[in-house]
Amino acid sequence: MTIEIRSAPHIKTPKSVEMIMRHVVWSLLPICAFFIYQYGLSALASLVVVTGSCLITERLFARTGTQSGDIRDYSAVITGILLALSLPPAFPLWMGAVAGFVAIALGKALFGGIGFNVFNPALVGRAFAQAAFPQAIATYSPSFLPGRFTEFVPSSLAWPLMQPADMMLWLKDKQLDALAAATPLAKWKFEGVLAGAEELLSSLSGHMAVGPSPALILVCGIYLAFRRFLDWRIPAAILGSAGLTAWLLFALSPDRFPNPFFMMFSGGLILGAIYMATDMATSPVTPKGMWLYGALIGLLTVIIRYYSGLPEGVMYAILLANAATPLIEKVTQPTPFGKSALARLGQARRGASYPLHPGYISREDAGAVTPRKKFLSQKPKQDERRKPGDQP
Amino acid sequence: MKLLSYFRGEAFQRGVHPPSCKLTADTKIRRLPFPPKVIVPLSQHIGKPPRPVVKIGQEVVRGQPIARTDDWLSVPHHAPVTGVVEFVGLRPGVRGPWGDSIVIRAHPGATQEDLWGQPQDLSDTTRDALLQAIWDTGMVGLGGAAFPTHAKLTVPKQAKVHTLVVNGCECEPYLTCDHRVMVEQADDLVIGIRYAMRATGAVRAIVGIEDNKPDAAEAIRKAVERHGPAPEGDIHAELVPTKYPQGSEKMLIMALFGVEIPAGGLPVSIGMVVNNVGTLAALGRLLPRGRGLTERVVTITGPGVARPGDYIVPLGTPLRFILDYAGAQAVDARQVILGGPMMGQAAASLDVSITKGISGVLVLRGDEAMRHEDRKIYPCIKCAECVESCPMGLNPSTLGMLAAKREYDLMGEQYFLGECFECGCCSYVCPSNIPLVQQFRVAKQMLREKAVATK
Repeated sequence: MTIEIRSAPHIKTPKSVEMIMRHVVWSLLPICAFFIYQYGLSALASLVVVTGSCLITERLFARTGTQSGDIRDYSAVITGILLALSLPPAFPLWMGAVAGFVAIALGKALFGGIGFNVFNPALVGRAFAQAAFPQAIATYSPSFLPGRFTEFVPSSLAWPLMQPADMMLWLKDKQLDALAAATPLAKWKFEGVLAGAEELLSSLSGHMAVGPSPALILVCGIYLAFRRFLDWRIPAAILGSAGLTAWLLFALSPDRFPNPFFMMFSGGLILGAIYMATDMATSPVTPKGMWLYGALIGLLTVIIRYYSGLPEGVMYAILLANAATPLIEKVTQPTPFGKSALARLGQARRGASYPLHPGYISREDAGAVTPRKKFLSQKPKQDERRKPGDQP
Repeated sequence: MKLLSYFRGEAFQRGVHPPSCKLTADTKIRRLPFPPKVIVPLSQHIGKPPRPVVKIGQEVVRGQPIARTDDWLSVPHHAPVTGVVEFVGLRPGVRGPWGDSIVIRAHPGATQEDLWGQPQDLSDTTRDALLQAIWDTGMVGLGGAAFPTHAKLTVPKQAKVHTLVVNGCECEPYLTCDHRVMVEQADDLVIGIRYAMRATGAVRAIVGIEDNKPDAAEAIRKAVERHGPAPEGDIHAELVPTKYPQGSEKMLIMALFGVEIPAGGLPVSIGMVVNNVGTLAALGRLLPRGRGLTERVVTITGPGVARPGDYIVPLGTPLRFILDYAGAQAVDARQVILGGPMMGQAAASLDVSITKGISGVLVLRGDEAMRHEDRKIYPCIKCAECVESCPMGLNPSTLGMLAAKREYDLMGEQYFLGECFECGCCSYVCPSNIPLVQQFRVAKQMLREKAVATK
């Protein structure tokens, strides 16, 4: 009988990198389906082209041997889907492919592949697209157009390196208001028109130029958080801090700033909070750091949205917080067991079964009794506890 | 889960819930036959090895002292079988290096009864005499650490102990020896607890048991009732939530009393002494009879054995004999682990023998080991699972990255590497399959060597 020697522990959880990434992809599928339902053929083509471009780039760099991941770990699929979802559905396909390449090549492979990237790759790709194609990325097409499943929006099919077809002309052909092509955030910023929280949440009302429904993303995010494939602290901190900042500003001057609900459910904040900011490699590992990181993103988002020339600020907020992550981690290291204030003061945690009375040791000689336990079965009532001197 | 445990205010923070796999929780303790030959290593415990007092060719009776010591942090050994001393010298040890051992060939015809011990009355001895009697039994912590029990029960002069914590958690998956001891030897356990309370001066004893073993708590409560009120103080059996590593004394005290033992401190600094149930049950059985420790309960389990169970095994029984008896040949047994799957050590050879600190022999099959092996090691994706599971509140993710860069000093100074007790939670949860604990072991060893070199 031959025996093998390994180092402890000898058992492992079934949870692996591939499994985490696979679950994130699964949770993104309903969001993609709804996105395609909203925008039709163009959205489908955009998703396929961008994801394909990310996968091809990942494979290319994996072959060079300079990075440890591969397309089999699904992380490039997530990058591709998230990038496609964050771009306008009728974004010219060739631009999408370029953005996908940049996302993986500059955002991930150059740093050393999975786990080493400093910035969220999907957002690096989007930031590049924002800088390179400012006009195309600001041109949204309205949702639920008739015939969206049979024909492309003309801008999707622009030839490489060519200007895409004008959206406004095409909309006029369809007898649609040109305003329909502006996102709710842009409408508020440039026209002063506020969309209701309800239509924002569901994204179901007709001809709105919005991304996938925030309500759907929230449901998928809750599934992921419940299965512990993402940390609930980060979305909670982002939404909390963005909502709080927006509410403060709204309370100060309600006519100048929109209500906090509009702030939380418009634009890419929900998608960013649940899928982009929670990217594991670029967010802090310490629990306190996660709160700080999320709070920073929420605050920056609101500031950029309100005071900059751009209607949307989630992307830059997350990229800036990504850059701050190493510093945040450094200042929020967890306190080791036995070094907390609790241990220094000799204080007991609340809810322990045998609380140690501070004077317990000195009472020993005077015939002290054992306090009864406080939790689990046979919980004694306060008055049923034994008095000192009683016989057991 | 984490959120839930927060609301229940339970136990200690973090930790993991590995599948319990307690295959042998309902089978009675059985006796393993005596092997034809036993190998008793002299160094089975923390501290100096004792010196042998038998010669080659000498006849020994079961229970007869075969190694004695005058060093306080050391224990004597007793002959586990009646037979002839065949060899005194180097034999392969459990931890790898060869060590001095005594090999005894058992008499095939002997009854193997322990006829050496003299019953003694310890009802009104002094504390020092009681500690001396405990020392003479050769008892060490049977939970795995193998720290000499008499030294553990000795309270430093400036300290005062009010509580004896009896550790019946057995948080390691697969192992059930403490569970069966609590159920079947509850009377011995109560007697042992009362001795330990007298030795330490504790006025209460609390047996901490994980709540997946309610029958053990019930058995102890019944035994306490049978024995009546003790002059030493009350004995309570307490259920604590099941969670790994509950069996660590710091975690158990956190779960029971809600106090953190300050880093670098011992439980005695807050007036407590922690002992394992197996230790105290053995003490309760041996002390009144004046015998020495010659056998212990060992869980022989795992998918790699055909007849898993809790066995009373004479100390020094070779692993090969045990595995043959439990039927490891029938299945594709590939890995033999001494202890539990989380912290146990893989045996390097089947010629080593059961020592006082081995609570389980876990045998894993080849196909399972392969599945483990096939997993790719990714770079750290900073998922924070390890930070969420480290019971000591360390940052294994950062520590692992520093270890890969050999920044050992930084690990020790700024990231509290010294607090790590190698429970294995971080490696267990790591989705990237990084051997974190192994890296930390290497780092700690390097730091220790450095400390010795610069002294």
